[in-house]
Amino acid sequence: MNWSAVAAIYRFEMARFFRTLAQSFLSPVLSTSLYFVVFGTAIGSRIQEIEGVSYGAFIVPGLIMLSVVMLSISNASFGIYFPKFLGTIYELLSAPVNFIEIVIGYVGAAATKALFVGVVILITATFFVDLRIEHPFAMVWFLVLTCLSFSLLGFIIGIWASNFEQMSLVPQLVVTPLIFLGGTFYSISMLPPVWQTITLFNPVVYLISGFRWSFYGLADVPIGFSLLAILVFTGICLGIIGWIFKTGWRIRS
Amino acid sequence: MTPILSIRDLRKSYADGFEALKGVSLDIEEGEILALLGPNGAGKTTLISTVCGITTPTSGSVTVGGHDIQTDFRAARRMIGLVPQEIALEPFEKVWNTVRFSRGLFGYGADNTRIEEILRKLSLWDKRKNAIKELSGGMKRRVLIAKALAHEPRVLFLDEPTAGVDVELRKDMWEIVAELKQAGVTIILTTHYIEEAEAIADRVGVIDKGELLLVQDKNTLMAQMGKKQIEVMLTEPIQSIPKALSEHNLTLNGNGDVLIYTYDIHADRTGITTLLNDVAQAGLVLRDVQTRQSSLEEIFVNLVSGAPA
Repeated sequence: MNWSAVAAIYRFEMARFFRTLAQSFLSPVLSTSLYFVVFGTAIGSRIQEIEGVSYGAFIVPGLIMLSVVMLSISNASFGIYFPKFLGTIYELLSAPVNFIEIVIGYVGAAATKALFVGVVILITATFFVDLRIEHPFAMVWFLVLTCLSFSLLGFIIGIWASNFEQMSLVPQLVVTPLIFLGGTFYSISMLPPVWQTITLFNPVVYLISGFRWSFYGLADVPIGFSLLAILVFTGICLGIIGWIFKTGWRIRS
Repeated sequence: MTPILSIRDLRKSYADGFEALKGVSLDIEEGEILALLGPNGAGKTTLISTVCGITTPTSGSVTVGGHDIQTDFRAARRMIGLVPQEIALEPFEKVWNTVRFSRGLFGYGADNTRIEEILRKLSLWDKRKNAIKELSGGMKRRVLIAKALAHEPRVLFLDEPTAGVDVELRKDMWEIVAELKQAGVTIILTTHYIEEAEAIADRVGVIDKGELLLVQDKNTLMAQMGKKQIEVMLTEPIQSIPKALSEHNLTLNGNGDVLIYTYDIHADRTGITTLLNDVAQAGLVLRDVQTRQSSLEEIFVNLVSGAPA
């Protein structure tokens, strides 16, 4: 393994993050605060507690997932697309690195940035609601796995995209609806039975449910299913990335 | 002596059937400078990209320092540095960081002394804290070279290093190349500027339509394929070439004051003495005599067009 290359890529990507630290830090704090003001206070005050958890506290895991998933995708897709766009990818392709090292570097950095923002949102949330974390170990694992798996997805999108428009296509048209319809702001038990069944085909439901379980012990689906879903998703992403590098699809002519 | 770079029957075809390389074979000795000449689309960049790992070959083999670029790609690529044709740099990154990144990518730890040495050599030391976007085009090209040298390669590819740069910077580049050669770095450069190949290369390769037409020592090539001409300048212009000089196959320039004689420098008798005697006999008075040898550019154009040199 060329760990020096992994460290170089990771450091280079993190430097991009630190160059815009204020934006990276303030943006999630502001957007989370707005979510709490609108959903937690204005609307949430009219919604009764869900299984003993106030509505404001109930949406915290979903809000963290929303930001973490979107940031993981955008960080990783931008990280690999930008060298393609600028032409600097020549250096990566001509360096003594294999695909595992490239993925660890880019995905590792993207996941770290998303994780940082997730923690910022978590801390911000404590200023608005009373949070409790019943399964902290599981919470950390869910958060880290989510950051990693969606960074892998973002990496695939970055390699697939041939322009900036395509970069935002999947996050906006696929991922955002899935997150909003995946129980971020509600429990799927609040839906009519038919919609409850349909919602179970949304993979994000398993993610948010599992993450919420780690906070309050509340879950829409069994925790084992949630864990399995994220592991399968990670495996699929890794498989696709392995194929991309084996064939050189969209990167090596 | 084992060549440091050995290319055997390298082929590259694309899905649309276009053959960018049609069985290129080439050996390059350590420490030499090879200039690859060829028109646009000849296959120069494809050849470089394939050796460097950016393009996957359809068939054939390439070894660098004895390491196969596919089966032993790590060892092979560690020996190679590449300066691409296009200026491809992250605009917001600082000069120092981008050079350090390149060094790390090739498996070397941060060596501040080495990076400083490279930046000083390329006159970039004062700009080390500047973001790339603040640099001039010439400086950016230097950064590309610095990045390529960051891991101390033994083989350096320069793909059109002076394309679009001013004369002064071009001369600077030539000096840098000469210094690298002194340090024992093998250099393969592609160029459109024949004068560049003429000025710095040891050998010249001509590539066209994916085929290597020839690879030869620069001086040998010029001597073998170059014509030499004598320009006999007259004090008074003449209307036509006197009959007494007809056997010399002379041409007269537009003003009628220069007789041009083309001869083979390898012939036993060049015919120069007889010509000059005959010119004097014909009553023409000489103002000056000059000799001129075909430039590499003329040789190159003739080779690519298929015309005799």
